[in-house]
Amino acid sequence: MTISRRRFLQVGTAALAMPTVARAASPRVVVVGGGFAGAMAARSLAARGLDVKLVEPNARYVACPLSNAVIGGFRKMEAQSFTYQRLATTGVSLVAQALAAIDPVKREAVLTDGTRLPYERLVMAPGIELRFDALPGYDEAAATIMPHAWQAGPQTLLLRQQLEAMPDGGVVGMVIPANPYRCPPGPYERASLIAHYLKTQKPKSKLFLFDAKDSFSKQKLFQSAWERLYPGLIEWVPLSQGGKVVEVIPAEGMIVTEFGRQKVNVANVIPPQRAGVIAQRVGLADRTGWCPVHATNFESTLLPNIHVVGDAAIMGAMPKSAFSAHVQAIACATAIEAGLQGDDMPPYKLINACYSLISPDEAISVTGVYQARNDRLVDVEGSGGVSASDLSAEGRALEAHYAEDWFNRVTWQTYG
Amino acid sequence: MKRALPWAAAFLLLGAVTVHAQAMLSPSAEACLSCHGPLPRPGAFPPLLTLDADATISAMVAFRSGARTGTIMNRIAKGYTDEEIRAIAEELAQIGLGTKP
Ligand SMILES: Cc1cc2nc3c(=O)[nH]c(=O)nc-3n(C[C@H](O)[C@H](O)[C@H](O)COP(=O)(O)OP(=O)(O)OC[C@H]3O[C@@H](n4cnc5c(N)ncnc54)[C@H](O)[C@@H]3O)c2cc1C
Ligand code: HEC
Repeated sequence: MTISRRRFLQVGTAALAMPTVARAASPRVVVVGGGFAGAMAARSLAARGLDVKLVEPNARYVACPLSNAVIGGFRKMEAQSFTYQRLATTGVSLVAQALAAIDPVKREAVLTDGTRLPYERLVMAPGIELRFDALPGYDEAAATIMPHAWQAGPQTLLLRQQLEAMPDGGVVGMVIPANPYRCPPGPYERASLIAHYLKTQKPKSKLFLFDAKDSFSKQKLFQSAWERLYPGLIEWVPLSQGGKVVEVIPAEGMIVTEFGRQKVNVANVIPPQRAGVIAQRVGLADRTGWCPVHATNFESTLLPNIHVVGDAAIMGAMPKSAFSAHVQAIACATAIEAGLQGDDMPPYKLINACYSLISPDEAISVTGVYQARNDRLVDVEGSGGVSASDLSAEGRALEAHYAEDWFNRVTWQTYG
Repeated sequence: MKRALPWAAAFLLLGAVTVHAQAMLSPSAEACLSCHGPLPRPGAFPPLLTLDADATISAMVAFRSGARTGTIMNRIAKGYTDEEIRAIAEELAQIGLGTKP
């Protein structure tokens, strides 16, 4: 990628040397959302010498990857939490507000306190909205009884506490949505780690997975791990066998499926999702509830000069993961820089890889390599796939170390 | 880990390039650094920024053909042509330690 390497260098060094006032002449980019996508986009854009404001209302970011290990009881919640302090020293201006509206004609981002931030480019990375209108009985109040734990934080701890409080011989029920949703293998990693906890602490218990699908990510690998590690403990109920949940009754601990009812001691309901509320409100989402973008530069197909990255966007074959969000954010920063200079975005290939723990010491992975074709992100033919089914025990142990190492690196590159 | 580069030394150098690395690498090369990127302490993934371009190229070609096996690199290497591997390897060597004395 030879284009403007030298220019990047100059821009980068100049920006580092310049006092903040002088930098006001640089193109202004407003980034909304300080998750894996937004924080990384902000950092990459600032490293390119642009004038970057990161709009994020929370002082801390609580990361989802590895939060299933907190639920499994072998990781501390504190290890999931990051601040934006270091970002502030890399040239990103933090704005502790939420985005309320956009004026796409004047190119202004309007914040909840009324402040208007002018921009040349806007990057939207608001993550997901959990839908509390999609499953009868499951609203925000229900989530305090039947946690989703799909946005990490107090919900993660609530589910953990409920599992701890449950007597041996209890029943745990997980409700798993249809595609697309954040982190396709996440529910099955969670099931594995809840099963690990039950097997070691409450062996007479049972875990039901009520699934709105007939197949899932890394299915064969998960199922053979469950047979080997947790025989008889997990029962997966797929769509075709009545796995679709039609109602929950939190006060009774009841999960109602198409075919019957199951009373549970602990329910983990992962509801259907769509792009973060603000993306809906400002008109960046289409009828699917997600934000369509051009695969070449992640610019919205609905509103000009606004780019969308991370879970909120429709990224073709790329799954909604922190790994994807991270590499999309960097590619988006490259595209914005190129666009502002009147250059074309060079062709690129991106990678996604998701490690899933099947026990505290073993993991499996799925990976893919992606490229833009006809303005869509597609798999590079012949690449990617899941861990070898005959991978040695040593290989599975290595993958567990890689799972943690990836988390450490990506969070360090973003927040450290 | 085969390469016995002292991690402290590696990190001092890597630390110095991080800011620029993010500004200057192509998205394709950055994707490799999600796993192989700098970390202020030893990690599980083998270091990549310590390799020279030829070492990266021959490893990638061997992963792609299956001559060398790994947990994940075979699946990743199959996504790249010779030219793409060369371009990425050269970029990484330029910011990394491979070409440094
Ligand atoms: C249990 C679980 C396990 C997972 N494991 C993995 C894994 O192992 N590997 C992996 O790659 N991925 C994993 N994921 C997926 C990963 O967490 C998401 O894909 C990732 O968080 C997406 O990043 P994002 O930046 O798009 O969204 P988010 O991380 O949700 O960040 C969005 C940010 O936007 C902010 N925001 C929202 N609205 C506004 C507004 N109006 N104004 C300003 N800011 C706003 C929010 O406060 C938030 O900080 C997992 C997810 C779960 C639930
Ligand atoms: C998901 C994490 C991940 C990503 C992304 C990744 N690698 Fe790797 N890489 C590994 C692992 C793990 C190994 C060790 C071999 C194995 O288990 O597959 C490795 C090994 C290597 C090696 C051999 C290192 C040595 O010391 O012999 C090279 C070279 C390499 N990778 C290059 C790349 C390049 C180039 C890219 C980007 C196109 C890349 N890797 C992307 C995880 C990754």
